[in-house]
Amino acid sequence: MSGGRIEARFADLAREDRAAFVAYVMAGDPDAETCLSILEGLPDAGADLIELGVPFSDPMADGPAIQRAATRALDGGMTVNGVLDLARRFRTGDEATPIVLMGYLNPLLSYGLETFATRAAAAGVDGVIVVDCPPEEAAPLTDALEGAGLALIRLATPTTDAARLAIVARRAGGFVYYVSVAGVTGDKPVDAEKIAPAVARVRQACGLPVAVGFGVRTPDQAAAVARVADGAVVGSALVDAIAEAVSQSRDPVALVLDTAAALAKAVQSARAGGS
Amino acid sequence: MVNAPPPNDYLAYPDAQGRFGDYGGRYVPETLMPLVLALGAAYAEAKADAAFQVELGGYLTNYAGRPSPLYFARRLTEHLGGAKIYLKREELNHTGSHKINNCLGQILLARRMGKKRIIAETGAGQHGVACATVCALFGLECIVYMGAVDVERQAPNVLRMNLLGAQVRPVTSGAATLKDAMNEALRDWVSNVEDTYYLIGSTAGPHPYPVMVRDFQAVIGAETREQLLAAEGRAPDALVACVGGGSNAIGLFHAFLNDEAVRMFGVEAAGDGMATRRHAAAVNGGRPGVLHGAKSYLLQDADGQILEAHSISAGLDYPGIGPEHAWLHDVGRVRYLTATDDEALEAFALCARLEGIVPALESAHALARLPQIAAEVGAGGVVVLNLSGRGDKDLATVAARLGLGALEGRV
Repeated sequence: MSGGRIEARFADLAREDRAAFVAYVMAGDPDAETCLSILEGLPDAGADLIELGVPFSDPMADGPAIQRAATRALDGGMTVNGVLDLARRFRTGDEATPIVLMGYLNPLLSYGLETFATRAAAAGVDGVIVVDCPPEEAAPLTDALEGAGLALIRLATPTTDAARLAIVARRAGGFVYYVSVAGVTGDKPVDAEKIAPAVARVRQACGLPVAVGFGVRTPDQAAAVARVADGAVVGSALVDAIAEAVSQSRDPVALVLDTAAALAKAVQSARAGGS
Repeated sequence: MVNAPPPNDYLAYPDAQGRFGDYGGRYVPETLMPLVLALGAAYAEAKADAAFQVELGGYLTNYAGRPSPLYFARRLTEHLGGAKIYLKREELNHTGSHKINNCLGQILLARRMGKKRIIAETGAGQHGVACATVCALFGLECIVYMGAVDVERQAPNVLRMNLLGAQVRPVTSGAATLKDAMNEALRDWVSNVEDTYYLIGSTAGPHPYPVMVRDFQAVIGAETREQLLAAEGRAPDALVACVGGGSNAIGLFHAFLNDEAVRMFGVEAAGDGMATRRHAAAVNGGRPGVLHGAKSYLLQDADGQILEAHSISAGLDYPGIGPEHAWLHDVGRVRYLTATDDEALEAFALCARLEGIVPALESAHALARLPQIAAEVGAGGVVVLNLSGRGDKDLATVAARLGLGALEGRV
């Protein structure tokens, strides 16, 4: 069992009346050891949950930043086993911070859904997001994950109407990932005012916390999201920091953790002052 | 799933979820789910609407030039010394291939749905040209995603698309070929959900594309059945077509699927050879997985990462195959063979010399397996081969590979 880390974390944050800062990094970007150092530093930098990307050769819902991160990771030899190994090593030093794997279906199918679920749970993973597996196709994956005590985190988007939301809500676990814009990751900036009613609708329909991602890059955007949602997910901005550091031969760990710390601070203070 | 029992009625597939056995489905991000569901509903309505079918039939006849001839290839038959060979002349259609059949069907559907902006992916450029053509015909904006490598090696088709008013966007991600063009088209669609229609060119992608493209291409087999009945008074013994995504093959096969006496052969591209990893044969060299919205056979590594396909034919240079073909393989209804680049080049030249027809390199893969199939069927039998496209577009590729002098005086 995952030990309910996701539920515990959101319950703690609700008591503090603040949203979660959810940090996304691609497993193995730019290499496994550097990635582990980044993961180990993220909780102290203020990450409340970690999304760990499982690299895929054909990431059809991702923009250029995460596409390139996947290419860097795969070129460095990252595999599904490698991703699980990173999670396991992170977990030996941190019992509380939830880890959610995020990727595409084919590597998991290839690995074997049940084997994957069992090993992910053993590695200390708490949930899984599979971008190209909508609820209609998710029964085998959900069976495997639930059997191992893992949550399949569902996605809702601006194109998800009320009728579909009922389908999304069925067997949803952990939290719901609300995709703020119709687009790919790192594409258009989020409009927090516009998403507020949608977030409320999703929270109501699913009975779960709602984290908002896609188009959340800057501390200001993260703060605006944190005022209306239960979590703000930042991916491309952190991944860009890795790419920038690598291209300038600087230390990616420091740059990513500094970027994360600024975002975390914005999320933590977002609701202070009652806005 | 391999060797699953054959169904009683092949035409009853897919099911409501777009499944052919375990294959197909709708593996798309949530943002696209409402769109593919709406597309499925719109297509079901159009399919049942007699006015839609009449309008499509009119364009197929008067614009595309259908029916395409079924031609008895006398010299090829004599040369092979087995069954009688007929060629279904899809290369005589407007734009030079079977691709126009599907584009006309989908553009009428897009108009019906009120879409103003059309996007497409293309490899060799044949689908891109057909798509740009129908967009010009109806005055719709057209954006074609094409791998930067393919833009380079298929320059004449890029010029044609531009002339037709389409914008060709080179894709530099991945290996910059067809698979990457399809990723980019899907990213465009996710980002432009309101006004955009994605016009997929093959029997790939999420449901309803595989069934919709099949239906629009099924005119090939329906005509063949009538034409052969007129010419020979009977059904064929065997059908043969090349398979990349598989639209020309399923178009020929579909009308005959329930006719168990008709043998069917799909020919995949073996590139440098099946013993190398440089091929594009998803059934013969791949295993089931999920890519671009459907479950089917795929070229992939041990960790489920998709491998690049390799073929001299840009139209077959794709690591997957349509889900209906994956199922027809598993249930044993269609046999999937392979032909290498060299074998396709040989057949390319042979067809030109014996019949005065320059086939597309794609179709040349089917031609390459004819000797075996003609012998298997035997004298007195009839084989129909889908000549899916014309080879003018491939002359530069062939010349670069062999040197034009190498073709001179052969056969």
